[in-house]
Amino acid sequence: MSLTLKLASRNLFQDRLRFVATIVGIVFSIVLVNIQMGLFLSFERMVTTMIDHAPADLWIVPFGTKCFEDPSLLDQHDQTSILAVPGVAEAVPVVIGFTPWTVPGGGTTPVFIVGSQENAEGLHPWNLAEGSVAALSAPHTVAVDRTYFARLGVTAIGDATDIREQPAKVAAVTNGIRSFTTTPYVFTSLDQAHAYTGTPPNRVSYFLVRVSPGTDVAGVRQRLLATLSKVEVLTTAEFSSRSRSFWLFGTGAGAALFAGALLGAIVGTVIVAQTLYSSTKDHLNEFATLRAIGSSNLYIHKVIVWQALLSAVIGFGLAAALSLVIVMFTAETALPILMTPSLTSALFMLTVVMCVISALAAIVQVMRIEPARVFKA
Amino acid sequence: MISPVIEAVDVVKFLGEGAGRVQALKGVSLDLAPGELTLLMGPSGSGKTTLLSVLSSMLTPTSGIVRIAGQSTAGARPGALAKLRRDHVGFVFQSYHLFPTLNALDNVRLALDVRGERSDRAIAKAKAVLETVGLAHKETAFPNELSGGEQQRVAIARAIVGNPSAILADEPTGALDSENGHAVMTILAGIAKDPSRGVLVVTHDPRSLPFADRIIHIEDGRILSEERRDTAPRRWSTQNAVIQFAKVAEPVHSGWRRSASSPSPVIARSVATKQSPA
Repeated sequence: MSLTLKLASRNLFQDRLRFVATIVGIVFSIVLVNIQMGLFLSFERMVTTMIDHAPADLWIVPFGTKCFEDPSLLDQHDQTSILAVPGVAEAVPVVIGFTPWTVPGGGTTPVFIVGSQENAEGLHPWNLAEGSVAALSAPHTVAVDRTYFARLGVTAIGDATDIREQPAKVAAVTNGIRSFTTTPYVFTSLDQAHAYTGTPPNRVSYFLVRVSPGTDVAGVRQRLLATLSKVEVLTTAEFSSRSRSFWLFGTGAGAALFAGALLGAIVGTVIVAQTLYSSTKDHLNEFATLRAIGSSNLYIHKVIVWQALLSAVIGFGLAAALSLVIVMFTAETALPILMTPSLTSALFMLTVVMCVISALAAIVQVMRIEPARVFKA
Repeated sequence: MISPVIEAVDVVKFLGEGAGRVQALKGVSLDLAPGELTLLMGPSGSGKTTLLSVLSSMLTPTSGIVRIAGQSTAGARPGALAKLRRDHVGFVFQSYHLFPTLNALDNVRLALDVRGERSDRAIAKAKAVLETVGLAHKETAFPNELSGGEQQRVAIARAIVGNPSAILADEPTGALDSENGHAVMTILAGIAKDPSRGVLVVTHDPRSLPFADRIIHIEDGRILSEERRDTAPRRWSTQNAVIQFAKVAEPVHSGWRRSASSPSPVIARSVATKQSPA
């Protein structure tokens, strides 16, 4: 072990209480940042989960649509015009909308209906745990996610209730299809969706367009725009991005998460800076001795930066372990916190940067030490 | 002619600012010759510490020249001054200034580490120097497990391990009892026998006198006297030392009084050139 590292580690561990305070500060800070960013990632995925799972090359959406949950409607008769456009293989209508679900035990709760033409490759439930998509072709049948059983007051296939005062029976159960608004998604057929959401029969929310194999998607898009009015034609990636921007930044939800993360990083930096500064102050004579015996500034900086890095590594290790526990606990909830390898790497870098920035105050302090103080002390 | 390891020429140093500004050194010139142990003596506030700081390049003189190993410190950047110190100067402090979290061996190694010497050879060198000061058996001991005398010996080992040409010691026996003080001065005197090294010891302790090859008395920022001794008895004796100190001190004060009206404040004297061991 190098002497700078040895000196740094001994300085760090000498005052155990201060060391524990430093580590608690880092852990608190990193776990807070991790939760905020983990929620952000989770929201980011959940916000676009429907768009990302739809088998579409292009989305035809009402002009000015901000996100998937937008209540604007299209004329269902446009389907004929769309199918007439060269290169279009299929145009599948989708109806969405918020509506009240009668909880069997009493009361109602809002749900988000997603209805798609049952005999086409539309926006059907995925990750099926029980039942099948085909089961949704029966009248008054729905698919719900297991995560929301308690909220919806159901426990298994066959349980019945009312949606918008119309009968509904659970015919399929999915696993892990969660809504970032925490309003449960309920899948059903297109006709049933019209009824459950109160959408007029000649109106739909979107058309999912699939182009013929080998056809240029951009060309089809241009032709669709030339044919239809008061609509936008978006690729899946564009609609995804628009939805994400609206929910995460248009509503301020993402900014709030980032603000929380920033606050966590600032708190962590201040705590580490404070403890490094006070540790350096306690070892001023030693740093003055180093300067007196001719050590370079770089050598002294190394000692302080090693202290910061050791704090970072130990603090991050504990924070990552704690975050992992939190991630595991929230995995099956309606609000899961994600922890991806890239987020973990970014957090490690953040911890290191935070600790090194924290070392600056201590370094400035050491650089002000008069080496001649060794003759007086 | 032998080149001095450290040389000061007409050094003036002001400390503080405004109304608190004082002239700590008033034209001091001295050479620290290799192969000699020089004692720098003087009362508190006489400028000993300031002179030591200037000679070691920790403070820059207001005017005058300081040369370490022939290199002038004038206009040098702090990094260059630090390099001069680590390459040419070893330090021994009154309160040792060992690193409490490092053991004796690592404390000694530190002086090599700052010079970039980190190999096994550096460890061997540090062990050898610890052996020289009689602490081979204490290399794993931490400062709080060592007596004051042992700590000072570790500090001496740290000062000499890099083989500097000058050793500057600030009151090295100030915190030690008679026995340990003797041991430390004996080691420093032994180091000064090396013809490539000069040792400057700042002290008020008259018991150090018998170890000196040269005694410089400083007062009020000026060198009052310089006494060269042909043969130092190298014997630590409180009784002898006090007698010697009295012999030196009385004429020195006379000299200082004379110097008030004299154009030259520096009075070189030669007393007790030979002292028999007690």
